[in-house]
Amino acid sequence: MEGLDPRAFVLGCSAIGAGLAMIAGIGPGIGQGFAAGKGAEAVGRQPEARGTITSTMLLGCAVAESTGIYGLVVAMILLFANPLVGKIAG
Amino acid sequence: MGLHLLEVKSLVGHLIGWNTDPSSDLDVESRIIEKLHIGGIEIWISETVVNTWIIMAALILIALIFRIKMKNYKYKPEGSQNVIELIIEFMDSFVKSAMSEKYAYFGNWFFGVFALILVSNLSGLLGFRPPTADLCTTAAITLTTFVLIHFMGIWTGKGSYFKGYLEPIPVLLPINIISELATPISLSFRLFGNILGGMIIMGMVYMALGNLPSILKIFNIGVPAALHLYFDVFAGCIQTVIFVMLSMTFIKDKIAD
Repeated sequence: MEGLDPRAFVLGCSAIGAGLAMIAGIGPGIGQGFAAGKGAEAVGRQPEARGTITSTMLLGCAVAESTGIYGLVVAMILLFANPLVGKIAG
Repeated sequence: MGLHLLEVKSLVGHLIGWNTDPSSDLDVESRIIEKLHIGGIEIWISETVVNTWIIMAALILIALIFRIKMKNYKYKPEGSQNVIELIIEFMDSFVKSAMSEKYAYFGNWFFGVFALILVSNLSGLLGFRPPTADLCTTAAITLTTFVLIHFMGIWTGKGSYFKGYLEPIPVLLPINIISELATPISLSFRLFGNILGGMIIMGMVYMALGNLPSILKIFNIGVPAALHLYFDVFAGCIQTVIFVMLSMTFIKDKIAD
């Protein structure tokens, strides 16, 4: 570890961390796909209730999306407003 | 269309007086334009604040124009009256389906929120930095929802509002309080994250398109336009509807009937 710039090390690790944080995107992807599939099924069964089904599905999708957005925000903070670089002594 | 958008973007930038050179580095934070010192307190006037003022001025101007025009409206609609009635009826049915007939007066408030968020999200198309891509804006709008949720809860429920925190068993009081605090956080972060994510991806696309070798310059045509259509128009409209719908649902949940 001799001769390694601590700033470069922290920045590199932050980039890896941002990438790992975006793994959170898997969950909402699966969840929203499932919701959309069920929504399509429901419209197929009851085409006249299309409006209600669509708005309910969008509401569910929006709530399911929260976790993915949290991951995105963590990745953004690590990439563009890194709080860890300031903690390096010297 | 892609080149056209770039031109519009820099034109607007020149008009307003700051640099929106599309080939410049990706800047995510909203720029500080002016630092005011009022009574020893430093107030930062950022790009977000100025853009919000421009959007507010545009919305107020449109509202005033239609208010003056409204004097000539007749029973049988014609011209602009059709559009206004369409918008108002959409908002009325939206509020009535999400809340109820009794609380239809919330439509007045949520129409303002809806218009502000929608125009903010779509302002990215004109080369502005969308004000909703700043956590300050979304947190401020969400704070009003948070106040409304608890004001309506206390006003309609009185004691049962406070009793609701001790259900199903009193031990869950801290968890109930945390879940109440999580509501505005998730609401504001959802809008902020979606718009900021779209903005960053668009910035990266513009950066990549600026550095293409000359043989691949053909990608400059149409690619940004299609992506703007998805990230600004589609995501912007959907997130506006979802923000307003979730706000109304949360308020409706707290109202004791």
